[in-house]
Amino acid sequence: MSTDALASAPPKIAGPTPASPSRTEANLKRFAISTVVIVVLLGIWEAASRLGYVKVQILPPPSAVFLKFIESIKPQEAYDATKTNYLQWLVSGELIHDSISSMGRVLVGFFIGAGLALPLGLAMGASDLVFKLMNPLVQILRPIPPIAYIPLSILWFGLGNPPAYFLIALGAFFPVLINTIAGVRNVDSIFIRAAQNLGAGKMTMFLRVIIPAAMPYILTGVKVGLGVAFIVVIVAEMIAVNNGLGYRITEAREFFWSDKIIVGMVTIGVLGLILDLMVSKLNNHLLRWHRGMEH
Amino acid sequence: MAAIPQIHIAKVQKIYRTADREVHALKDIDLDIYAGEFVTFLGPSGCGKSTLLNAIGGFSLPTSGALLVNGKPVTKPGPDRGMVFQEYALFPWMTVAQNIEFGMEIQGKPKDFIKTKAEELLTKLQLKDFRDRFPKELSGGMRQRVAIARVLALDPPIMLMDEPFGALDALTRRTLQDELIRIWSEFKKTICFVTHGIEESIYLSDRVVVMTYRPGTVKAIVPIDLPRPRHTTTPEFNELKNMLGTMVMEEQSRHQKAELAGTTAD
Repeated sequence: MSTDALASAPPKIAGPTPASPSRTEANLKRFAISTVVIVVLLGIWEAASRLGYVKVQILPPPSAVFLKFIESIKPQEAYDATKTNYLQWLVSGELIHDSISSMGRVLVGFFIGAGLALPLGLAMGASDLVFKLMNPLVQILRPIPPIAYIPLSILWFGLGNPPAYFLIALGAFFPVLINTIAGVRNVDSIFIRAAQNLGAGKMTMFLRVIIPAAMPYILTGVKVGLGVAFIVVIVAEMIAVNNGLGYRITEAREFFWSDKIIVGMVTIGVLGLILDLMVSKLNNHLLRWHRGMEH
Repeated sequence: MAAIPQIHIAKVQKIYRTADREVHALKDIDLDIYAGEFVTFLGPSGCGKSTLLNAIGGFSLPTSGALLVNGKPVTKPGPDRGMVFQEYALFPWMTVAQNIEFGMEIQGKPKDFIKTKAEELLTKLQLKDFRDRFPKELSGGMRQRVAIARVLALDPPIMLMDEPFGALDALTRRTLQDELIRIWSEFKKTICFVTHGIEESIYLSDRVVVMTYRPGTVKAIVPIDLPRPRHTTTPEFNELKNMLGTMVMEEQSRHQKAELAGTTAD
């Protein structure tokens, strides 16, 4: 790169840049466009509810839902330093408590499911024998939706967390397994040849060539698996557990608390979005070497 | 030049069997390559030049015949025969420096040695500013420099190069050719270099092995006695170019005919 070209270029920065106000304007415009539909819909909804076109019990106005949201976040009891520490008190609100329970179940279940699927997937991808032995079983079990296991899981594990973990693990298991197998089987043979040429033994080949090369597939499996785990946790809580977001919105229906149902649903959506963003961030970091993956 | 060849190839055959036909890729190859020689295998597509290189590399063994490296039969790939692939074959999840260090780590070299050697190669191949880049961030020419450095890191007596500069633009190719000659004379390697470039083969090598279109046999072995550095415009260079050009084009027209008849099976 020639420094002369830079030196001879006319100085560009002189005084305040005129570009910044129009940039802010453009950002504002983009924000306005992306929120206009939501704002209009909320307005119609609020009006329809307030003007009595729909019953408040069927569909409460968004303002009421928002107030319920604030109420659900707030701790239920006044702060008492003798009973709890401040942080515990701060997250003692029902909604926060339920969110933590649900996310905790997702994580425990996911790590059990993915933790079993990953080694099996690696083995099935790398060994023809293991693949031939296991594939028929995998193909028979895979199409059964995790939700269909609910009755059996309750018979086996009773009520509470164990059946929920079982169902969530099951939901995460197959996406991770299938993608890991595909990842290992699709490793470009040129990498294998290059590593052989450098004298790589079986173990080095597996740990430092095959697994990294399969990583894009494996992480796709992780992403899909977490998505399924998130669906399954809500269903599991509706049936087998008595806390968590899934339980809370089912409970609210029995009392006709439609505002509480909607608060729960929106929270589920937001948590799902956060989870997805976190996984995407992790993917982008781990796959920063990958073609077409820009950071 | 030692009297005992470093690579000894005698009566080598390679036959590929597919479901409905047999392809005779190599037939009766006899060739001796001596330590420190720069030999190119020249010919059109389908002449078996890459097959021969892969056989020496141990990636795909001959169907019959003898293939000895330093007196021992080739049975598998190994770091004594460093391979530079046309498609670079760098590990995309490793940085430039990690790619160069990987082979030495496999060989269990001490950490200090690895660092020093990697540093030396990064400098020699002008890769210092790119040490922490991933391959996807490099141009084709830079990637091939890394691939060459990766092979040199293991200090192999033999380097095998499969159309390494085939995918590069003409100017980058010339730069890398000059660099390769510099490396070859400095590190005293034996180089087997596959190409379909007539000029490239004359520019680089001590001997050009011209191969025939299927079955692949040795059509001629042409010594290049021009002094280095070579210039592509001298009368001697052009004379060689004409001679090799005629030979290669004969084989190319056989390849072309086979292709039009649909019997290439590629």
